[in-house]
Amino acid sequence: MTNEMKDTGIVYDVKGLDLWYGQDQALKNINMQIYKNQVTAVIGPSGCGKSTFVKTLNRMVENIPIVKIGGEILYHGENIFDKSVMVEELRTKVGMVFQKPNPFPKSIYENVLYGPKIHGIRDKKVHMEILETSLKAAALWDEVKDRLDDNAYGLSGGQQQRLCIARALAVQPEVILMDEPTSALDPIATQKIEDLINQLKEDYSIIIVTHSMQQAGRISDKTAFFLMGELIEYDDTSKIFSNPAKKQTEDYITGRFG
Amino acid sequence: MENQMKIAAKGAMASRKRENLHFSINRSNISKRVRRNNFYRVLFSLSTVFAIGMLMILLYQVWIDSVGWLTPGFLTRNLSIFPEKAGIHGAILGTVYLMLVVIPVTILLGVATAIYLEEYATKGRIAAFIRTNITNLASVPSVIFGLLGLAVFGRLLGLGSSILAGGLTLSLLVLPIVVVAAQEALRAVPGFLREGSYAMGASKWTTIWRVVLPVALPGVLTGGILAVSRAIGETAPLVVLGIPTLIMRIPKSLGDDFTALPIQIYYWTLDTVLTREYANLAAATIVVLLIVLFMMNSVAIVIRNKYQRRF
Amino acid sequence: MGTQTDVRKMIHDNIVNNRNRVDKLVPRILFLAALVSVVTTLGIVATLIFDSVKFFQMVPFSQVFSTELAPLRAENPTFGILPLINGTVFSSLIAMAVAGPVGLTAAIYLSQFASERVRNTLKPIMEILAGIPTIVYGFFAYSFVTPILMKLIPDLGAKNVLSPGLVMGVMIIPIVASLSEDAMNSVPKTISEGALGLGSTKFEVAVKVVLPAAISGILASFVLGISRAIGETMIVTIASGSSKAFTYDITQSMQTMTSYIVEFTSGDAGTGTAGYYSLYAVGLILLLFTLVMNLFAQYISHRFREEY
Repeated sequence: MTNEMKDTGIVYDVKGLDLWYGQDQALKNINMQIYKNQVTAVIGPSGCGKSTFVKTLNRMVENIPIVKIGGEILYHGENIFDKSVMVEELRTKVGMVFQKPNPFPKSIYENVLYGPKIHGIRDKKVHMEILETSLKAAALWDEVKDRLDDNAYGLSGGQQQRLCIARALAVQPEVILMDEPTSALDPIATQKIEDLINQLKEDYSIIIVTHSMQQAGRISDKTAFFLMGELIEYDDTSKIFSNPAKKQTEDYITGRFG
Repeated sequence: MENQMKIAAKGAMASRKRENLHFSINRSNISKRVRRNNFYRVLFSLSTVFAIGMLMILLYQVWIDSVGWLTPGFLTRNLSIFPEKAGIHGAILGTVYLMLVVIPVTILLGVATAIYLEEYATKGRIAAFIRTNITNLASVPSVIFGLLGLAVFGRLLGLGSSILAGGLTLSLLVLPIVVVAAQEALRAVPGFLREGSYAMGASKWTTIWRVVLPVALPGVLTGGILAVSRAIGETAPLVVLGIPTLIMRIPKSLGDDFTALPIQIYYWTLDTVLTREYANLAAATIVVLLIVLFMMNSVAIVIRNKYQRRF
Repeated sequence: MGTQTDVRKMIHDNIVNNRNRVDKLVPRILFLAALVSVVTTLGIVATLIFDSVKFFQMVPFSQVFSTELAPLRAENPTFGILPLINGTVFSSLIAMAVAGPVGLTAAIYLSQFASERVRNTLKPIMEILAGIPTIVYGFFAYSFVTPILMKLIPDLGAKNVLSPGLVMGVMIIPIVASLSEDAMNSVPKTISEGALGLGSTKFEVAVKVVLPAAISGILASFVLGISRAIGETMIVTIASGSSKAFTYDITQSMQTMTSYIVEFTSGDAGTGTAGYYSLYAVGLILLLFTLVMNLFAQYISHRFREEY
């Protein structure tokens, strides 16, 4: 993963991706390119494979034992399924935020520094620096700076989710995958996360699964529409929402099904 | 399926009966059935009362027998052939030393086994075999563990009837309890915490060590305490190992001979034939043993309630 | 952005350096720990078989399956196991005569009649019963129950199988009760509620609907109770004594397999004698008894498991 490759502006190049859960094919021949410093939204009805797709990008999907994968995903030109790729490192470069906030039952401090610590960073000064930068970047610093030793489960749902974002940022990833990050949150907390996503795309590439088309419309640059494991349409968000090329996309967006 | 049909058929029959009854129904029949219901409710509740009553009688009886004998001196004196001068200092120390062997050995082996079965070898024949083995091991009578200890630790390894031999024997005996409790505790750790760790690029072991185990710890500890309290009261394996009762010396190392609280109770109970006062000594020792067990179980309950996390 | 590159590089170096080192070693260590339980089982079986073989070389089969047990007789000791099996069967039957009905009806009460609050108070108390060391029950049987029984039955021996059998029954009540209750609780509420809705009383529902549906679990709880009784050692050792006579008189002392083992290890049967090896032969037969019981319990609870 050399630095020159980054300049192409393409982060992910997905080529002919197939995925099976046992006998069931969940992803069928997906081809798409994901761009740097953009927010890419992945939408579609439940069970369409959008979550599976995103979890394939950092190979989390492989934690399910029956999964089989075909095709390739190039990350900065390198196939992530290649033997030489270390999954652990891939996941530090491609962070992930989940549907339900899942901080560890530890202090706020320990949560943010989980990544750096497990990856061998022991310098206390570096720790403090990472802590502050990550929490600030996740727009949480002001709310928690006086209670860094408190348990993360004392935070509100929205704060917990921002803590999870801070935790992901602490290892300085390039990409952040978000799997319906606001579905468990109230509207105000959702608003904060959306604002945050807008700021984060300055420094990171964000791929977000969402069940809310309004959310996709508000925050994303590009939108991919999945249906029954297939990528139906992938284009600029404005184009998808104003003038979709495919009938299925239009049906979905206008609420005729899903 | 078959059973479901049977039950459905039974239900249908019952309702058909009722339909027939519909015409001949009379109040005396209903009140008879209600009275019968009440009679059996009381009768069945008496079973519970009986069990609990027996517990109360047992505790009361032991307490009555120990009154006047359970003195501070009883705890600090050593054995004596004169009942009034006898104490259980040596037995208390022996039990403490035994636990110094049992606690680390069972917790380490038990947790390691549980992690292996729950996290690494979830499928496969070897894991299934180990699982079956643990289930069956849990039901082997404790006296047979005594025979194993006698043959392997006592004779083969030459540990005789030392603390180490006794401790290792008891460890193997209660190992299944820790394994099963730890397995349950590990299984109860929610998947989203593991996911959160993997997503940070943590390896499997890092995830287990840093996230899964700390969350499972209260459950593991509760199981550990239950196992240890089982070990504290175990008598048969130690008797089979040949733990002598007349140890006047205080054990100083794990290789020394020793006596323990349950052993002391055993021999004093047997000696009641000779001197009635030995029953009082046995009862006083039982009270000490039960207080220790009660405290340990209270700690286990406190841990379980305090750290039981709902995600 | 200075630290940004630093952190990434540090992480990269760390992952490259440590790649899989610990993660490959750990499962192996854990596997070894898991093997301890297997080795324990093998150890038990090997020990028992090894020394039993020696026993059976010294003592003919015809003698083993006789009713004459006199292992310590100076001349011509005999090793008939039937008195021990007899003692074990009697003590277990007496125990189950208490634990079976009491445990089952207590389970019916707890699962069908008792309110949530009553159940939550009573169950932990019942569990205390199961947690009391058996040596304490032994003391209780010998110094409390036996004297009371002696007043009721004048011919009762100071050591007899009745008293420890009864006390063992009390000890086993919670085992039968809690396993039976689990079985009854796993009968779906919809079924019993349906019957209640048809106008059945709780007693009728319990006996006609829940009991038949939970019968496999209840039987399994009985079998496990018996298995526990067979393996129980200290109560019978203390209160039933060591008479080796073959008798059906429960007011007299009978020796069980377990108490034979205890008597012989704490006695002075010299190593190498048939008496010494008989310990292991009795241990082997005892193990087989409990193993068969447990496999049987597993079999009935699997074979007849209700599918809903």
